[in-house]
Amino acid sequence: MIEGLYRLIDTLLPFEWTEFAFMKNALLAILLITPLFGLVGTMIVNNKLSFFSDALGHSALTGIALGVLLGMDNYLVSMLGFALVFAVGICAVLRSRVSSADTIIGVFSSTGMALGIVLLSASGGFAKFSAYLIGDILTVQASELKWLLLLLVVVVLLWLFFFNRFLLASLNPDLAASKGIPTGVYQLAFMVVVAVLVTATIKWVGILLISSLLVLPAAGARNIARSMRGYHFWSIGIALVSGVAGLILSYYAGTAAGGTIVLVAAGIFFVTFLLGRRRA
Amino acid sequence: MAQTCQCSTNIQHLGVRRHGDVILHDVNLEIHHGEILALIGQNGAGKSTLLKALLGQIPYTGEVVFHDASGARIRSPRIGYVPQNLEFDRNTPVTVLDMLSANRARFPVWLGHKKEAAAAAKAALERVGGDAALLKKRLGMLSGGELQRVLLAFALEPLPDLLLLDEPVSAVDRPGIARFYDLVCHMRRVHEMPILLVSHDLSHVRRYATRAALLDHTVVVSGPVEEVMDTPAVRETFGLDAGKEESA
Repeated sequence: MIEGLYRLIDTLLPFEWTEFAFMKNALLAILLITPLFGLVGTMIVNNKLSFFSDALGHSALTGIALGVLLGMDNYLVSMLGFALVFAVGICAVLRSRVSSADTIIGVFSSTGMALGIVLLSASGGFAKFSAYLIGDILTVQASELKWLLLLLVVVVLLWLFFFNRFLLASLNPDLAASKGIPTGVYQLAFMVVVAVLVTATIKWVGILLISSLLVLPAAGARNIARSMRGYHFWSIGIALVSGVAGLILSYYAGTAAGGTIVLVAAGIFFVTFLLGRRRA
Repeated sequence: MAQTCQCSTNIQHLGVRRHGDVILHDVNLEIHHGEILALIGQNGAGKSTLLKALLGQIPYTGEVVFHDASGARIRSPRIGYVPQNLEFDRNTPVTVLDMLSANRARFPVWLGHKKEAAAAAKAALERVGGDAALLKKRLGMLSGGELQRVLLAFALEPLPDLLLLDEPVSAVDRPGIARFYDLVCHMRRVHEMPILLVSHDLSHVRRYATRAALLDHTVVVSGPVEEVMDTPAVRETFGLDAGKEESA
């Protein structure tokens, strides 16, 4: 299966940057991750939850620290566990409406980051895990690609069956409630999806960049979209283009892939911003 | 009681507390099929809170029981809700068609719209006197009157067991107001729909409602509109005795 894909890449893209197996893996990973980010990002921007995805990224640090303390081999489990606790916690505090959403999420975000730093430094070394801060898409293994594919399939299925209700809940909770949509359940479910997505990809995308990559394509799409279909078409398109272009640029410029991809997405955002202003 | 089959929504001993304060206590109210019950009262009297409780959006004590026109109990009622000012992000790329389709169609609107869904949305909009050209507009681009009409079309699909109108015409121009209420009265007559109308404007209440209830953390007085309007409690609440004639 994977050999076939490699041969396909060699045939379609006979360039220097595709010669290495790690670049092929990175390309395939980007082709799976970026549509996922583009798709989920639209709903993050709709719900004004960009801080939330950022906080989840920060919480990963605590998740890693817990994994170290518990002597786990795979930090994915401890990260995911803590991210889910985190998501449910934020959801519960948000519902109590004691404070505004950005304040609540900000408190959680800084706590997650600080706790992670404290625990990691206490247990011997923060430096060892600083790679998680920027991430490295070039470390994707061929065996990990099938999990990314599974994640993509699951999210697309969720979006096929539940998107309309998600949309109404994000538009106005009272209106959604009048149609019998349990908005609390939907909000929690959405946060769990984001938590899984962030945790599963943080190793490659990095704590500092993950929310930019989730938010920028959707934010750019929003500048020019005039309907939900256009919004999603552009968001997925921008995510894909910035992912692939960023990977290629980073190879030739010798820069970090994650940062380069985000810069391309940011560049596209500003272009759409100007286009949107001219059209409006 | 003889009128059991008439009763749509029966609110019994409803109470709401928030942060220790009593917002509503011992609210008892019946909304009948085919009537427009006006809920009046000052700001902060708990009108919007009562609507939120009926929508199940806030916890409350007491009981709310729904019945259909034949008198059978409805466990999960369909409620049509037209809010005062829809709070939403004005920049959202959601079109009128997206919103109406998301309500009725299964096909996910991020992939577009099937022909039947678009036709159904058009029909729903035209039923409330909305122009089909509105379908392609984004929600944030609509005028106050256009948005209220879209919200009414949204509220009436599927036909609700109870229609809640919260200051529905606050952002609508004068001719639009008459059209809006004519439509609501039409729905009431044709579908025997029970309607709860929250309004500040007593002239609208007199003109369109069949019954009224004055709310001040609980129901102070309720009954036929003209009777309620003449009670000392209402006259005092709205300052009807102070100098001027009754509301113009």
